[in-house]
Amino acid sequence: MSVEFRMPSLGPDMEAGTLVEWRVSPGTAVHRGDVMALVETEKGIIDVEIFHDGTVEQLLVAKGAHVPVGTVLAILSGDAHATSRSASAREEPVAAASSAASPVVPVPPPAAAAAESASHPKVSPAARARARALGVDLQSLQGTGPGGVITLADVERLAAPPSPSRAPQVAMRHAIAAAMSRANREIPHYYLASTIDFTPLRARLEAINRSRAVEQRVLYAAAVIRAVAHAAREIPGFNGHYRDETFVPSVPVHVGVAVAQRGGGLVAPALLDAADKTLDELMTALSDLVARARGGHLRASELSLATITVTSLGEGSVETVFPVIFPDQVAIVGVGSPTERPWIVDGKVTARWVLNLSLAGDHRVSDGRAGARFLERVAARIVAEST
Amino acid sequence: MTEPLADRVLKVLLAVAPDIDAQAIVPEASLRDQFDFDSMDTLQFAIALKREFGVDVPDSDFRELATLDRCVKYLATRLAVQPGA
Repeated sequence: MSVEFRMPSLGPDMEAGTLVEWRVSPGTAVHRGDVMALVETEKGIIDVEIFHDGTVEQLLVAKGAHVPVGTVLAILSGDAHATSRSASAREEPVAAASSAASPVVPVPPPAAAAAESASHPKVSPAARARARALGVDLQSLQGTGPGGVITLADVERLAAPPSPSRAPQVAMRHAIAAAMSRANREIPHYYLASTIDFTPLRARLEAINRSRAVEQRVLYAAAVIRAVAHAAREIPGFNGHYRDETFVPSVPVHVGVAVAQRGGGLVAPALLDAADKTLDELMTALSDLVARARGGHLRASELSLATITVTSLGEGSVETVFPVIFPDQVAIVGVGSPTERPWIVDGKVTARWVLNLSLAGDHRVSDGRAGARFLERVAARIVAEST
Repeated sequence: MTEPLADRVLKVLLAVAPDIDAQAIVPEASLRDQFDFDSMDTLQFAIALKREFGVDVPDSDFRELATLDRCVKYLATRLAVQPGA
């Protein structure tokens, strides 16, 4: 039984990716979760894993090739039973295509992009976006990337004055614009918010951290993410994806975490199986994820599997976040800055640390009443984290 | 160790946040304002400082890591009372 390894979709608006490096060669034995290749997208260079055990038979796409999502990149002989843990239709399309070159995932590139790729040189998505932003004619460029691919650096060289630090941000801004435009076009959002007494959790984390070495300390974000993960598992209608006019609930809870990039832009990779982790495990996973979101080597699974997202703007920022749902997800939780406020406890006004939690829900899937229950459960879980 | 403390701290900072521009750092300006430093960045900075200098910065002293200048002064004090570090 042969298995096809394809160019994954790492976001609803990804059309294609550039294969920048193979990590395997024909004959390599691979196991589920191994990194097969590095792919350049607007979100940077991503490590793409295989979700089967098997042996690489043939690499079908050369280094440097820019190919549409769904293109078969390699053929493996493998154990068909060791299937994807992702259970993601997008990542694991049924191996039914007879033509190796035809994308199985029905993501037709827009007409303009298709026409361009037919007659134009190969261009990385980041370079294409940058060229568009700068008004650079791609025809006039000689690609210096692998296989003659026009890279971001090639576009930058032509554009003056050079500002290499801005380039990836322009590409990322383009990707964010595409995803958020789609969200606002297609998803009928509703918004709810509650302010909760954050003092007990803050006190508990302070007590934990006081007794620990710096490497073992826990940020409140980890506790809030854990509370959201549990609520997502317990209250139906918020964990999963909306695809083909249907809500597809997810059993695993993979919490996307919006990670700001320095100087602008963000990515929201997933903390996989967040509801199954202890607070310490979740903190370790969060540190690792944030480091890679800013420094590189996010995995394809992390960029494609999130089932709900949390966005926290951090201490000293804003009181309330009004977030936008990442398509095809159906909910996102916003976390404001912990703030000291007058609060009433047992009939007396007292100073407490409070935290505002907001929810953007998808009206195609849930209503305000269910959303309120969800936020109440998050708050209850935060109380549970405090003891 | 002859390398000035400030240079060593800067190296640690750049190792933690390789995406910031070393030339652009204003030592007396807050890292948060300059580079969007958040609580995760500060924690990772503190972990890396411990690795380099053997100084464990308690949560209550994290404000001392707000600027490069302040951080250098703080470490100088901590290292002076911690000769073994």
